Amino acid sequence: MADIASPVPHTGATTRHPISLGARLWKSRIEYLFLVPGMLVFGAFILYPIVASQYFSLLQWSGFDANQTFIGLANYAELLGDKFFWDAFGRSFLFTVSTVPLQMLVSLVFAIILNNKLLKLSSLFRTLIFLPVVTPVAVIGIVMTIMLSPFNGPINMGLLDLKLLARPLDFLGDPKLVLWTLAGIYVWKWVGVTMVYWLAALQTVPAELYEAARLDGVKNWQMTLFVVLPMIMPFAIVIALISAISALNVFPLIQSMTQGGPFFATEVMEVYIFRNAFATAGAIPRLGYASAAGVFFGVAIMGLTILQILAVRHLRNRETANGA
Amino acid sequence: MAHESQALRQPLTSPRLRRWIVSVVLAAICCVWIYPLLWMVSASFKSNAMIFANEGLIPSQPTVENYVKAWDQANIGAYFFNTLFVTVGSVIIVTIASAMMGYVLGRRRFPGRALIFGLIIFTLFVPQGYTIIPVFDLLTRLGIGQSLWGVMLATSGGSFVIFVLLFAGYFSQMPNELEEAAKMDGVGFVKTFWYVMLPLSKPIVVTVVVMQTLYAWNDFLLPLVITLANPAIRTLSVGVYAFRGENFVDWGGMTAASTITIVPVVILFLFLQRYFIDGLAGAVKG
Repeated sequence: MADIASPVPHTGATTRHPISLGARLWKSRIEYLFLVPGMLVFGAFILYPIVASQYFSLLQWSGFDANQTFIGLANYAELLGDKFFWDAFGRSFLFTVSTVPLQMLVSLVFAIILNNKLLKLSSLFRTLIFLPVVTPVAVIGIVMTIMLSPFNGPINMGLLDLKLLARPLDFLGDPKLVLWTLAGIYVWKWVGVTMVYWLAALQTVPAELYEAARLDGVKNWQMTLFVVLPMIMPFAIVIALISAISALNVFPLIQSMTQGGPFFATEVMEVYIFRNAFATAGAIPRLGYASAAGVFFGVAIMGLTILQILAVRHLRNRETANGA
Repeated sequence: MAHESQALRQPLTSPRLRRWIVSVVLAAICCVWIYPLLWMVSASFKSNAMIFANEGLIPSQPTVENYVKAWDQANIGAYFFNTLFVTVGSVIIVTIASAMMGYVLGRRRFPGRALIFGLIIFTLFVPQGYTIIPVFDLLTRLGIGQSLWGVMLATSGGSFVIFVLLFAGYFSQMPNELEEAAKMDGVGFVKTFWYVMLPLSKPIVVTVVVMQTLYAWNDFLLPLVITLANPAIRTLSVGVYAFRGENFVDWGGMTAASTITIVPVVILFLFLQRYFIDGLAGAVKG
């Protein structure tokens, strides 16, 4: 997607004479007019918050109508010493690292099977697998709490009946288990989206290729493994990136299922920020401190993203260099 | 079937038979996959006493009482229209604004284009937790910190950057002849965009409409924060969440409220899913 930024064919006539900036700006006035609505949304709700967060992080500020006191880097100093912050920070990454590969693999298998146009019910199956995606997390919170209940919850009952368990597990109450339970629910909820991305990628494989392979007597699984997979691998990077970013935005699911508990076992970064900023009953909201946590986290993610993009670019460059 | 495949000198398990087996296995997986949702719909038609009576998915004494209760007493009706308002509004804003911006960025050259692209890529991966405090602060200053207009506007920012990139990528691949022909015929910039280019970008428009609808309908953190002090303007997500906090034993009411919440988006997806997948395919090709 980053390739879009490369130059596009110029539609107007190119002038060789140097013209003043003012004239160039005036000449593009319709373009700028077109940008206005988009830039308002972009500026107000994406760009401004990023800049403002950095300023807020330098304040002591206890509530939106309270006074702001400039305290420099004190919030950051406090963050670095806060065990809850580092736990939440680590948990966010642990969650991402454990869900993304699983999500990508399961959705890829679904996509490859459902991409078969001869499979008559494939569009029905796609829809069914997509259903959890369109189900709001608040709803999932309710349904899954019942499903996973240690008292007569259908999942525990099923596992007991199949003799896979000796006694019911407290999926959401056991601090050792709960993060993995949420990871599983998360994957279940979002596999549908990743599957659609894979399906979209699979559509870029030309139909003639399947035909040619079939005539050559190539088996389906060979075709999939040696022809189709390598062809859609470039998409895998984009899909992984999108999935990883979504997995870092897991707040809704966790807030509606466990609110970060039990005993902070599921307090990921966003829950930590929410708890400090929009404090739960009694405590004083700490907007500056929460902003500092947000900035720290955001910068860490951006750093990782840039590293990932650089790594991909490096690999691609090496490939083209080898090919030439 | 066996004769047929033997005649064609194919292996004993014909492709058709294999497809049948795959279908049956998939059907079983899908049943397990959506069982929680089936259970939810089933429970919404049962009285609270019957929900845990272990009677299977088909209710023996179906009732709509839960729906009546949820719609009226728990305000789910009002929340439904709040959500509809926010979703429709943000879809209109986002689709028009991102199409215009994507068109200009994808097809035109002007001073500052590279800068805007740079900013867009830079912000692509900012998590929501990072921006929620300034967004709420800004809305409060604008006087819409506790109104549905605030939710609508701020929800528009959610995936905006990705939509702009989708449009820019799609428009940048279109042949130049279209615009040149329009120019020759004396059609202006705005009209060319509105009558020629925008209709041609239908796959992306559908993709953006579906994705933004899903986003707005599901959005949780922002409406939660904005409605903390004003329960009347809760959206469905927040309403269902609050319902659970307030009536934590009324499983019938909760499942009914939940079912009301998911039905509209499920229907929308059913109608648009083909365009949605095609649109995404068109987008990733770019």
